[in-house]
Amino acid sequence: MAYIQVPEGIPGIRSLVMFRPETGKPLYELAQVLLRGDSTLSEAERELMAAYVSSRNDTMFCMMSHAAASRALFGNDKKIVDDVLKDIQHADISDKMKALLNIAGKVQILGKEVKPEDVESARNEGATYKEIHDTVLIAAAFSMFNRYVDGLASFTPTDEKEYEAMGKRMAEKGYVPPINKE
Amino acid sequence: MPHINVDKNLPGIRSLMAFSPETATPMGELANLLLRTNEGMSMADRELIAAHVSYLNDCFYCQQSHGAIAVCYLDGNHDLVEQVKRDYTHAAISDKLKALLVIAGSVQKGGKHVTPNQIENAKNLGATDRDIHDTVLIAAAFCMFNRYVDGLAANTPTDLSTYPLRAKQVAEKGYGNHIFSSKQPVPENEKI
Repeated sequence: MAYIQVPEGIPGIRSLVMFRPETGKPLYELAQVLLRGDSTLSEAERELMAAYVSSRNDTMFCMMSHAAASRALFGNDKKIVDDVLKDIQHADISDKMKALLNIAGKVQILGKEVKPEDVESARNEGATYKEIHDTVLIAAAFSMFNRYVDGLASFTPTDEKEYEAMGKRMAEKGYVPPINKE
Repeated sequence: MPHINVDKNLPGIRSLMAFSPETATPMGELANLLLRTNEGMSMADRELIAAHVSYLNDCFYCQQSHGAIAVCYLDGNHDLVEQVKRDYTHAAISDKLKALLVIAGSVQKGGKHVTPNQIENAKNLGATDRDIHDTVLIAAAFCMFNRYVDGLAANTPTDLSTYPLRAKQVAEKGYGNHIFSSKQPVPENEKI
């Protein structure tokens, strides 16, 4: 049970945003800009970064939902998601994406873990400054979202089917804050 | 040196916000909602939580910046702010704030480190659901801000006398895009 009085039966961050819609608005806007805004990284790739960081933070709700969104966006290539979550080095992704995921993994530990050589590797594989910026901020933002969701012990569904539907909705509609029913 | 090509004349998160104004807007709004209200917890309490978490995350820029903002709200009580950052157990703050700082410290390690006992203790000392929510989200948000600043190796002024000037800007006008788009404060002795 959640540590604070949130609406019952509503999963994860949605229940927290319904508890306090004011802060929910910029949180959803940030997710929308980072994961759906203009970028040379695909939406599927950015969702994969979110799932990867959430997996490293052991936040089941965020990991399952963003992995599902990434699978929905990758379509026929959805196997990539599970391959990356299992072992980045052997996954069928570009070397640039591997270098960016390496940076995301460092950010998950702590900002200072990102070393000039990590950034240089990504640059050598063709990553732009904006791609590096966005990777760091996605990883940092999920270090927040994950702690928000787990720190208040919000409800985490265990049925995989539920996440599949959630992922599909996230892929189609993006990040729209839930509306409180009075 | 920063990892990306940001404006060299802007320090810390200000340079990153100027690099990416689209993400800066919701981040500034979030900071205002969490740190610029006295509802339940004072603005000083909120900045103390931000400074403590930034200290735990070893983010020099953020712990100095938010420490300096807390000093503004606490009538210049620099010693108290330093004590809360490092070890609040014997600091002259309320037991309720101490219990909330315990929760913030757990969030810094990872969301699952928060325990039902920590929550119960805070509630027994008068913390409301809203106080607990805001504490967890402030701590979580600084796990983002700190990683953003250090993960891109943003410029970090080592001259501590520059922090109170920027802190005054925030104490007077709050957070938002003005902190990078308006003129940066210059120390008296460097004014021409």
